[in-house]
Amino acid sequence: MNDINRMLEERRKVARLGGGEARIEAQHARGKLTARERIDLLLDPDSFEEIDMFVEHDCHEFGMEERKIPGDGVVTGWGTVNGRPIYVYAKDFTVFGGSLSRAHSRKINKVQDMALRNGTPIIGILDAGGARIQEGVDALGGYAEVFQRNTLASGVIPQITMIMGPCAGGDVYSPAITDFVFMIRNTSYMFVTGPDVVKTVTNEEVTAEELGGAKVHTTRSSVADGAFDNDVEALTQLRRLIDFLPLSNRTGVPERPTFDVRDRVEPSLDTLVPENANMPYDMGELVLKMVDEGDFFEIQPDFAKNIIVGFGRMEGRTVGFVANQPMVLAGVLDSDASRKAARFVRFCDCFDIPIVTLVDVPGFLPGTAQEYGGLIKHGAKLLFAYAEATVPKITVITRKAYGGAYDVMASKHLRGDVNYAWPTAEIAVMGAKGAVEIIFRNALGDDEEIERRTKEYEEKFLNPFVAAERGYIDEVIQPHNTRRRVARALALLRSKKLENPWKKHDNIPL
Amino acid sequence: MFKKILIANRGEIACRVIRTAREMGIKTVAVYSDADARAQHVKDADEAVHIGGAPASESYLVIDKILDAIRQTGAEAVHPGYGFLSENKAFAEALEKEGVAFIGPPPGAIEAMGDKITSKKLAAEAGVSTVPGHMGLIADADEAVKIANEIGYPVMIKASAGGGGKGMRIAFNDDDAREGFQSSKNEAAASFGDDRIFIEKFVTQPRHIEIQVLGDKHGNLIYLGERECSIQRRNQKVIEEAPSPFLDEATRAAMGAQAVALAQAVDYCSAGTVEFIVDGDRNFYFLEMNTRLQVEHPVTELITGLDLVEQMIRIADGEVLGLQQEDVELKGWAIESRIYAEDPYRGFLPSTGRLSRYRPPEETVRDGITIRNDTGVYEGGEISLFYDPMIAKLVTHGDDRNVAIDAMAAALDDFRIDGIRHNIDFLTTIMHHARFRSGALTTAFIDEEFPEGFSGAEISDALGQQLAAIACFMQTKLTARAAQTDQILNGHAFHAPDELIVQFEDRVFETVSAPNGVRVDGKLINLESSWKPGDLFFYGYVNGNPTSVSVDMLAEGFRLTGGGAGIDVAVRSRRAQELTAFMPEKSDGASDKTLLCPMPGVLISVNVTAGQSVKVGEALAVVEAMKMENILRAEKDATVTKVLVTQGDKLAVDDIILEFE
Repeated sequence: MNDINRMLEERRKVARLGGGEARIEAQHARGKLTARERIDLLLDPDSFEEIDMFVEHDCHEFGMEERKIPGDGVVTGWGTVNGRPIYVYAKDFTVFGGSLSRAHSRKINKVQDMALRNGTPIIGILDAGGARIQEGVDALGGYAEVFQRNTLASGVIPQITMIMGPCAGGDVYSPAITDFVFMIRNTSYMFVTGPDVVKTVTNEEVTAEELGGAKVHTTRSSVADGAFDNDVEALTQLRRLIDFLPLSNRTGVPERPTFDVRDRVEPSLDTLVPENANMPYDMGELVLKMVDEGDFFEIQPDFAKNIIVGFGRMEGRTVGFVANQPMVLAGVLDSDASRKAARFVRFCDCFDIPIVTLVDVPGFLPGTAQEYGGLIKHGAKLLFAYAEATVPKITVITRKAYGGAYDVMASKHLRGDVNYAWPTAEIAVMGAKGAVEIIFRNALGDDEEIERRTKEYEEKFLNPFVAAERGYIDEVIQPHNTRRRVARALALLRSKKLENPWKKHDNIPL
Repeated sequence: MFKKILIANRGEIACRVIRTAREMGIKTVAVYSDADARAQHVKDADEAVHIGGAPASESYLVIDKILDAIRQTGAEAVHPGYGFLSENKAFAEALEKEGVAFIGPPPGAIEAMGDKITSKKLAAEAGVSTVPGHMGLIADADEAVKIANEIGYPVMIKASAGGGGKGMRIAFNDDDAREGFQSSKNEAAASFGDDRIFIEKFVTQPRHIEIQVLGDKHGNLIYLGERECSIQRRNQKVIEEAPSPFLDEATRAAMGAQAVALAQAVDYCSAGTVEFIVDGDRNFYFLEMNTRLQVEHPVTELITGLDLVEQMIRIADGEVLGLQQEDVELKGWAIESRIYAEDPYRGFLPSTGRLSRYRPPEETVRDGITIRNDTGVYEGGEISLFYDPMIAKLVTHGDDRNVAIDAMAAALDDFRIDGIRHNIDFLTTIMHHARFRSGALTTAFIDEEFPEGFSGAEISDALGQQLAAIACFMQTKLTARAAQTDQILNGHAFHAPDELIVQFEDRVFETVSAPNGVRVDGKLINLESSWKPGDLFFYGYVNGNPTSVSVDMLAEGFRLTGGGAGIDVAVRSRRAQELTAFMPEKSDGASDKTLLCPMPGVLISVNVTAGQSVKVGEALAVVEAMKMENILRAEKDATVTKVLVTQGDKLAVDDIILEFE
């Protein structure tokens, strides 16, 4: 028995060393942590239970049978984050460069299956060199097994991927299916084909960072939902995000004690919307002044900044916020903003997270670039996402809600549960100037008449009353009371029950 | 007594005057420009009249518009505050003609004191000590050199109509004098349209000390002690105090007597200030007389117990002064800090915008200490680029200078302003500065003590340990709460480790929560606080001392601001701290050498030119898109090499607007 225990200790020691001291040092020299170090920081101290520590590959080609390292390049298991359970797998770059073999993928599949069965989130930490070429088609199959499970788990348990090193080829598709992807600046990149292949095929010369670094994916492609300066900061912030998320679509949102009062009054919000209708203001301030303790986790903060999405809490319970940002492009809806918000709304709806929508939108962005880029289809994604969502939906119109964009932004007509407007709200088909130029086309050139008509239009339509008279707005609320009113509405809507017609699944305009 | 007065001003001084008027039972009328429709003084007043566009030249400086407002509201008197029309003879005369009382001195006094040369002549005639110098006009550079030699170097060459340092040169020898004369003359002609120049002795170790005078319309004139305003930056007063730590009783009496003599010479009434420059040997020389209420009048109010605004109103109404010189008693010590919307960390670059948070310390009179905050803004209000960048005047009063300074330092630590940059850290640093506390001041204090600019107060080891203890305390609270969700693994509650490593800059502290505080590097720091997640301030007792530190959340810890320093403190588990050692140095990332247009729109303006160096946050250009003006700001300090667009250009996304070096 003692021998077994001694052997066990011995084998554990070997496994924990992964690819060995030299490779660990090399990993550190690149400014990266090892798989086990990352898991240490992600999970509560001493809470990690490793699974399949001794699994080895079964490849017999190219001399691989001589080269076996226990764990086979991925560390899997479960533990807790602030006491709540999660599953985790972390690619070990020190072992065969983290490359994926059949055994490696089976380890991942095992924790994926367990996470799905137990209704527990799963975190993937990627730092990998793609498929293990020696295994050929087994590696390809292994990838697909991961993708299949990612897909089935989508909408059942939160899945998050951390890109903490290179990530190419087959490795990039699993992240793309998961709910959130985060990257590390300067030490991580992801692409389908690397710079060498790009050069061969298209003659483009591009660095890995330019092709698929954190900046590209958080500002241009929107493949990633955020970027952090280093591994330690990223894992600290990941813990913060996990605190907001439900364990699965069966648990509802987590609730924790808050020190913030639900009826906190914010007089400064009464002057948030400037007197001059052409001046922008920071919608982020409203979000921060509404949420508990000013704590807001923004998703995709660097992409399509004309819309803000992210998680906050009201009375200790998670709420998803979607807010037009007048500071950027006047808060207009374009293709990027629509896609960004649509995916976020759908995430919230999957996991019973109520959605608070803050509206100041002048419309959809006109122009050939947008139309050719499929604005109709992308805009429809957001429309679809809001329309199908059955979670509590609360909308506050702070200023403009013009045209089709009014409809889209969680309007009453899309089953908004509680629709509020500030006194500064203007719910109309368009702004005064544009409307007058259409309605009084014949008067064009008569500046006096146009001005008179513009004023008339402004008085008649650029206020919350027209919509309120029709019941499209439930009530006009004072800005300083926004937190209290929304918190009350959310409390009321905890018992909301709404189901869509049975279907195999919907057909969102992808 | 007047039933209704109009305040021809804005901001804190308008609010200040309204406060006293209300206490006296007098109704008030505010005037406001487009930019001030939501301003505090408009809310405070009983009535408010809109008087025009945002630039002062279209509103607060237009006499006719003020007169219209008077007629419209039936105001019987006007308080001009300071600045704007307060020292405008034509305004005082216009009011006289209108039959409305001017709460200030007679027009003759305003005119006499308005010109530097005239006022100096008058002062000399009244027996007031003036800086040795030449009063007459100077014909050419040769005459300038001759006069400079008569006075004795160093000398100051000044524009007669000058102010704010313009048209001013110091000469240490003949060459300096020759050159200085010409450049002063040119500058004066360009800036003031008046190239008259005079020369005077350049005073060494100069202090700015001024005497407050008060007179009624019946010939009674007294002085209310002095104020020292030596802490200045570019001739702009920053910190004022009363009394001066430098004057003895004899000097004070002599200065007071001369100030009263000068006031008498011009038939002065109302509140006025005679400014002197005082050298290291307590020789004092007349500088100028301000025929209005001064910004820094609160320090005099706090040591005399008088309400100067009330006095001014009573005097304007014809009342006889209620006190005589022998009734004036100076009690305790008062300090005033001017809180400006400027960033001391970046060369005092002005800052404008919305005050997303504005939490001044509570105004109290407690345990012999008075805390007073004169302000014209509120949370959610705006610091506009059209006017003075002053946010507030924080004033403290105590039994002696140290008490007042300590109270000021504590009150500044209690002041929170977000949304714009401000100079609170700089002011706090001065309060803790040994030379300031010793009272060894000169008007060059800031230049001498901060030659490289300001980068935050030094943090002593003891303070560092206390901040580490506070950080550990707060992090422990946060972690404990995070572990209290309703979805924790059943029966397996998570307990956060008591040990945390706190780091700022390259200082590392090992901290452990203890029952009555935090052990920092093995030493117990006693700590009591009711701080809870979300609080903007950590208030509490650290080793028994009341402490207030402003708190912001960061990705891995907190930003703590207090005692004149703002530091980013990382709080990590021991494991995270060990692993942080492997993390690469943070690169600033913003290496882009161009300013790109972020949206399709029309270029409204470019605010910089080629060759100009810009600071992070500075406005570079304004682009109008979707009918919104969007200000594009510098993402880092840089030098502009090229401007590629001109006003009115239609821009597409990613069009290059500027190139940087």
